[in-house]
Amino acid sequence: MKNLIEVKNIKKNYGKKEAVKGISFNVEEDEILGLLGPNGSGKTTTIGMLLGLLKPTSGQIFINNLKLEENRIKILEIINFISPYIELPKKLTVKQNLYVYSKLYKVQNIKERIEYLSEKLRIGELLESITGELSSGQKNRVSLAKALINEPKVLLLDEPTASLDPEVGDFVRSFLEDYKREKKISILLASHNMNEVTRLCKSVLMMKNGEIIDQGKPDNLIAKHGRANLEEVFLKLSRSKSEFN
Amino acid sequence: MSLTRIYGLFLRHFYLITRSFPRVLDLVYWPTIQITLWGFISNFFATHTTYYNNAVGVILTCAILYDFLFRTSIGFNMLFLEEIWSRNFTNLFIAPMKIGEILTSLVITALIRSLIGLVPAILLTSPLFGISILDLGIFLFLLFLSLYIFGITLGILVSSGLLRFGPSFENIAWSTMFLLAPFGCIYYPIETLPEIFQKIAYFLPLVYIFEEARNILINQTVDIKNVYYAFMWNVFYFSLSIVLFYYSFNAAKNKGTLINMGE
Repeated sequence: MKNLIEVKNIKKNYGKKEAVKGISFNVEEDEILGLLGPNGSGKTTTIGMLLGLLKPTSGQIFINNLKLEENRIKILEIINFISPYIELPKKLTVKQNLYVYSKLYKVQNIKERIEYLSEKLRIGELLESITGELSSGQKNRVSLAKALINEPKVLLLDEPTASLDPEVGDFVRSFLEDYKREKKISILLASHNMNEVTRLCKSVLMMKNGEIIDQGKPDNLIAKHGRANLEEVFLKLSRSKSEFN
Repeated sequence: MSLTRIYGLFLRHFYLITRSFPRVLDLVYWPTIQITLWGFISNFFATHTTYYNNAVGVILTCAILYDFLFRTSIGFNMLFLEEIWSRNFTNLFIAPMKIGEILTSLVITALIRSLIGLVPAILLTSPLFGISILDLGIFLFLLFLSLYIFGITLGILVSSGLLRFGPSFENIAWSTMFLLAPFGCIYYPIETLPEIFQKIAYFLPLVYIFEEARNILINQTVDIKNVYYAFMWNVFYFSLSIVLFYYSFNAAKNKGTLINMGE
């Protein structure tokens, strides 16, 4: 399988503070990799560097075999991102937002693309609604539509189901599983929902204090640490002091 | 440069304007109030001073020109701030847009926003005060162009600050024009300023623009040197603002401002 994301020994320092301390990992085509870790462990910084929003202090990032530093625009054409901390313009209708982003990503056949995503994500009835007036679940599905508007090969998800009710959360997870299978895309999923990670991810990276402290398939990690589930593994690793350093 | 992307970002702001009547009203309201207010003030001065005796429209014309500058600069800042307020900033910077495309789109949008406010104000001056800003002739276009470039330049400089320092720089966005206004010699000749202020004022294109507007209206002559100096300073400051914007963008990528914008 081809690696769509290759991260080679990236570091990020803010002055004297080392936010990310030389981490390396790959994400294959048609793979969902979980990125786990307590708050402040460096997950968002890592995602920021993959999006070109942050410049690594050292190290290299390749997306689809292109070096990020030299091909930022080309890479941004095939990548997208969703996070509960960023939103679409609230005063525009859903359709206007999707149309604007279609233009920014130079999408061909905009109408068909919006119709396809509307059907898949069940937002057809919301297209004429004002984005700011939607519920959290509706906003989440609209943000997901925006994140898929350019048919990305690489999707970065930062807590994609945070604050969603179980039904909508389950819908989003099922959608992501199906979409990944259908389009063979790579997904990097940062989440605090361990059930979600266990269900979606082929393998996970555990981060703490800017380092990868363990990695592997969810089942293997559970067995390795002698715990009942991934949440207990997470708690053990989060609370342990430098056990893996 | 991709026209599709530039058009896309323009649409984002155009939709915002067309969806909200209060926004359109706001664009038209303040220039109209400003012009009406200064119209009456200029009428008063025109009948009570010898300096303005033969040019009733001087203050009013300068008010219109200043308002255009003000709207252009604030308008550009507003476009940038809208993205921060709506928490859309990150979405914009992870879209495959070159910095040049973002700036071009905002520059065009800012012009259209300014014109929406300016045109009704200009139309009002004739029936209300019997004055037409068109008396400035062909040079009106050059003066407007000069003001537009300087307004955009200030907008880019403030946006650079927002990129570099984050939303805390917002207050500067609102105060830029008020800080510069005294040095711009908008309503009075440069000789009115204390000598030290005059030295500072000569480094601004505003002085040459407003001096020339008054020169044309009062003396009925054209001093091409003023237009030339205004453009030269504009080229200098505009180039500086572009360099600073790129510098701020890179600094923001190092500091992490782009990912934390809005906090």
